[in-house]
Amino acid sequence: MTAGAISDPDQAVVVAGVGITPVGEHWDVSLRQLALRATERAQQDAGGLQPQALYVGNMYAPALSGQTHLGVLIADFIGQRGIEALSFEAAGASGGVAFRQGYLALLSGQVDCVLVVGVEKVTDRTGPLVDAAIAMSVDADFEAVQGMTPAAQAALLMRRYLLESGAPEAALAPFSLQAHQNAVTNPNAFYRRAITLTDYLQAGPVAPPVGLLDAAPMADGAAALVLTRAGLLPRTADRPSVVVAGSAVATAPVALHDQPDPLAMPAGSLSFQRALAQAGATPDDLDLFELHDLFSIQAALSLEAAGLAPRGQAWHLAGEGAFGRGGSLPIVTFGGSKARGDAGGATGVYQLAELTLQLQGRAGENQVPGARVGAAQCIGGAGATAATHVLSRMES
Amino acid sequence: MEVSRHWRLRQQRYSLVGEMCPHCQVKIFPPRDVCPDCGQEARTAYAFSGRGEVYSFTTVHTPPAGYEETAPYTVALVRLAEGPMVTAQLTDLGDQSVEIGMPVEMVTRRLRSDGERGMLVYGYKFRPLLAA
Repeated sequence: MTAGAISDPDQAVVVAGVGITPVGEHWDVSLRQLALRATERAQQDAGGLQPQALYVGNMYAPALSGQTHLGVLIADFIGQRGIEALSFEAAGASGGVAFRQGYLALLSGQVDCVLVVGVEKVTDRTGPLVDAAIAMSVDADFEAVQGMTPAAQAALLMRRYLLESGAPEAALAPFSLQAHQNAVTNPNAFYRRAITLTDYLQAGPVAPPVGLLDAAPMADGAAALVLTRAGLLPRTADRPSVVVAGSAVATAPVALHDQPDPLAMPAGSLSFQRALAQAGATPDDLDLFELHDLFSIQAALSLEAAGLAPRGQAWHLAGEGAFGRGGSLPIVTFGGSKARGDAGGATGVYQLAELTLQLQGRAGENQVPGARVGAAQCIGGAGATAATHVLSRMES
Repeated sequence: MEVSRHWRLRQQRYSLVGEMCPHCQVKIFPPRDVCPDCGQEARTAYAFSGRGEVYSFTTVHTPPAGYEETAPYTVALVRLAEGPMVTAQLTDLGDQSVEIGMPVEMVTRRLRSDGERGMLVYGYKFRPLLAA
C-alpha cells in the first residue's frame, strides 16, 4: 500500500476529523442547521484545525428547499464567513465527488485544510413532488418524460439481472437483511431494527420486482469530514491516522437505454480499478467495502462491477454470508443506505466517515476487527457517476 | 410550460427520428450528433421502423408529479430492431401480461398532462405487435 503514490508521507491527504448526525425525519431542523450539526462535530473531532475551504455534497436543495448557492450559505452559517465555499452535485455521488475535490485541493498545495459536508433536507415536501425531484437525476428529455424514476430504473435492472443470472425471486433479500442487521447497533441509523425474509417477501411493491424492502428510505441527514495533509495534523492526535490512498471518479451515460450493457456498470468498475491501482492495492487487501445500496440490485451490481463477485453471482455469495460483518468482505457495516438511511447527496460523506471510524478502531459495536484498508463507493443515477475512494490506516 | 422544449423534440417524439453514423453505420437514438461508438460526427437523420422487443419492464406505483393520472403504468426498455435501446411506456396491453422478449411497435399517445391549463405532451409509447 502506498499513500496515493506520494513519496513524502507528510504530503499525504488524511482524514483529521469525523462528524456524523443521525439520518431521519428532522422536522425541527433546517438544511443549514443540519450542516452545522455535522461540521461542528467534525471540527471538534479534528482538534481545532481551521478550514480554508468548504465543499458541500448535495443534490436536492434546489428542488426541495428552493435553495442554490449552498456553499456560501453553509460557510456563513457555520461561522466560516469568507472562506472558499462550493457545492458539488452528481446525484447520489455528490458526497464522494465533493470529497474528491477536497482531496485534489489539498494535493494542489493551494489549500491546507478542507471541510467536506454532505447534507440533505428532504422531508419538507411529500408525495409526487418529492418523486418528481428524485426523478430529476434521470434523463429529462428521454426517460423522465416517459414517467421513468430511479426506482423504475432499478427495477429494469433487477428484472434483467434475475433473468440473466437465473436467480430466484428473493435472491437479493440477503442484502437488505444484512443491512438492517448492521444498523441495529448504529445510533445514527434511520431503521435500527432487523428484518426477516418474511418481512421482505410481504413488503409492498415500489416498481416490481423492486419491493419496499429493496429500496433505501430517503431522509434528512448530514455528515462532515475535515481533511488535511499528514504533516499538518496536530501532534496530540491519540489515534491512528487515516490516509486517502486512492481516489477516482468515472462516468457512464445517464440514461439506462444509452448504456450498451446496463448490468455491467462500467463507471463503478473503472472508478474502483483506478482507485485501487492508485493505492497500490488489490481487492484482497480490502478489509471492508462501503458500497451504495440505494436499491438491493445496486449492491449486487457494485460488487460485480468491482470484480468482488463473478457476474451474476453476488446474490449467491450474499446468501452465504460473504458480505456480513463476519464474512470475507463486510459491506455497509453501519447499515448502508438501506437501513442507516439514504440522505441523497450526503451518502458518500456518510460512507467515508463510517469507513474512517472503522480504520481507526472507533466503530464501536459495528467494528470490523482489525480493519486496516477499505474502500467506499457512491453511485449517482443508474451507474452514471461512480466515486470510489480507498482509505488506509497509517502505521506509525 | 416548456413549450419550446417539447416542440424541439417533435421529430423524436412523433416519428422516432434518430441518426446514423456515416462513418461506422451504427444507428443512434436518441440523436446525439457525436457517434457513441466511433466518436466521429454523426448528423445523418435516420427514421426508425418503430419495431422492437422488450428488454426489461416494470410498473410504477409511486408516480412523480405529472404522471399520477395514469399510475400504475408500465415502463420498459425496448430494444429497437435497428439496434439502439429506448425508454418507453407500454400501452394497449389489455389483459396481456408483459414478458422480456415480447415484440412491440411504436404508437403515439399522451405522455403527461400539466393540469387543466397546462400542456398535454404527446410522444411515443409501444404496444404489443399486432399480427400483420
